[in-house]
Amino acid sequence: MASSADETAKTAERVAAAATSGRSLAVRPLGVAAVVTVVLIAIALPFVMSGFRLFQFTQVLTYAIALLGLNLLTGYNGQFSLGHGAFYGIGAYTTAIMIDRWDIGYGWTVIAAGIVCLIVGFLFGRPALRLEGLYLALATFSLALAVPQILKYFEHWTGGSQGIVLSKPKAPFGLRLTEDQWLYYLTLGVAIVLFVVAWNLLRGRVGRAIVAIRDNHIAAEAMGIDNALYKSVVFGVSAAYTGVAGALSALAIAFVAPDSFNILLSITLLTGIVIGGFATISGAVYGALFVQFVPNWAQDISKAAPWAIFGVFLIVFMYVMPRGIAGFLHLVWIRLTASAVSREQGR
Amino acid sequence: MDILIQQIVSGLATGGIYASLALALVMIYQATDVVNFAQGEMAMFSTYLAWSMLQAGLPYWVTFCATVVVAFVGGLLVERIVIRPVEGQPILTIVIVTLGLLVIFNSMAGWIYSYIQKPFPSPFPPKPIKIGNIVFGAHDLGAIGITLVVLTLLFLFFRFTTLGLAMRAAAQNPVSSRLCGIRVSWMLGLGWGLAAAFGAIAGMMVAPVVFLDPNMMSGIQLYAFAAATVGGFTSPMGAVVGGLLVGVTENLVGTYVSFIGTELKLTVALAMIIIVLLVRPTGLFGRTTVRRV
Repeated sequence: MASSADETAKTAERVAAAATSGRSLAVRPLGVAAVVTVVLIAIALPFVMSGFRLFQFTQVLTYAIALLGLNLLTGYNGQFSLGHGAFYGIGAYTTAIMIDRWDIGYGWTVIAAGIVCLIVGFLFGRPALRLEGLYLALATFSLALAVPQILKYFEHWTGGSQGIVLSKPKAPFGLRLTEDQWLYYLTLGVAIVLFVVAWNLLRGRVGRAIVAIRDNHIAAEAMGIDNALYKSVVFGVSAAYTGVAGALSALAIAFVAPDSFNILLSITLLTGIVIGGFATISGAVYGALFVQFVPNWAQDISKAAPWAIFGVFLIVFMYVMPRGIAGFLHLVWIRLTASAVSREQGR
Repeated sequence: MDILIQQIVSGLATGGIYASLALALVMIYQATDVVNFAQGEMAMFSTYLAWSMLQAGLPYWVTFCATVVVAFVGGLLVERIVIRPVEGQPILTIVIVTLGLLVIFNSMAGWIYSYIQKPFPSPFPPKPIKIGNIVFGAHDLGAIGITLVVLTLLFLFFRFTTLGLAMRAAAQNPVSSRLCGIRVSWMLGLGWGLAAAFGAIAGMMVAPVVFLDPNMMSGIQLYAFAAATVGGFTSPMGAVVGGLLVGVTENLVGTYVSFIGTELKLTVALAMIIIVLLVRPTGLFGRTTVRRV
């Protein structure tokens, strides 16, 4: 009895969440204005900061792409993944190996990284279809743990634990940009394209199907949605996003090594989407800012145990904003508009 | 043949350690549907505490008992202070909190004790024991013995004491248990305490083999996950059998399949998890849970 009431409450909560996420995907003038402002600021950034700061923002953009990919899978489709660091690594290594061994243009390698991860993700998603919740989290967790070892094992290709050193690509078409600036704009361009694609994907029929599978997969099946196909395709697309992010970060850092794609990276990505906001598109950006800058602040606070400070941040964040930054902002927005409306009515 | 038996016994020894940690995971999972990703790190931290006590000159078995008690209290406090505020939140929120605990414990251990590996003593004589032609490590046999004792105690506790019954009831049906006057929330706390105590024993048994360092538990935790998956996350008995199976498989594959060796050992665990999940997702002893749509 009680448990079914509990279940009903949960379902109601989910429906409400779906409704808010649906609403946030619609085109609204204020939303458009906010997005345009953010993009303009992003375009202006290289003119106000340079060097390492700019590199950090390039990293924020790659994280944002990866987080968006993970959020597609975990947030919207309800498939937990603790192993997206593995796809990040596979993407990075695809790029590095193609440039280092075969001397292929870096632009193509980013696309290739996306395709490789799409295929690997789709193939991993197939058997993972039968797994739910915890079990899927475990399978992906072990994938993340195993990938660094596998990368070290195929030393001939990957350079073993030494990794592969790349050189940063120069700006094409005679543009007067430094390498860092060019990489930033390249990443920004890719990010904008991928965000628009995800937004378009999610607000239409496909997006509703994806969310329906998360909320109630039996009902979704009954309404004619091919669960198996959708779930494995979403897995593939999500992996592809993360792979592209990995490829871009490999270009930006100009170095890949197996141990940078350890389990901590996967954990970082998962914390990114939960902190940023589960099943929100803007959450990917907030989450990316968090995972890029908060560890640095933690380092400023305590040189000795930065990760302990980071862990405390994580826990406190979960207490204060259990629905992430996007959820928190949404709540603040509702409060503000509601009080404005009530003031209007009072007058 | 001798080597085979030797490898199986040493597999059983490591398997016993995986079993203890897997049991800790399963206990918390059963009660709360949450996997405590910090379980291994909590065990590692307890082992460091034991190391400090040994450095202070306490005899081994006093240290052993003290560490178990401290770990129990520590686990209880972690549940009461850190986990309780997010009780009833979405599972992912709680998972993030346990991940936060993971990095906190790992970082604290590195900060206090540094990342340099430390030797940890074994309570058993270093001299190998010879039975017939076969040589057994005394520590291996001892670890198996301790695991068996602890498991028996745990079984007796859950089977024959009122408190054990109350804990099982709270895990199985929280609402009805509350109506019967069981303080469900405290039972969860006790579960965390017991799990932490188990982890501490596993940590103290494994530290002489892998040496003590803040990252010593990451691989072992993966094996514990594999063990819990093989046995089924809903069955404590399964966790134990799963742990032993994983330990033996890991040892035999490492010895007899030459291209795997020690480099791809973690990949073996990955393969085991995936195969079990594909063939029998609930594990060997798990129950299929049926949910109403």
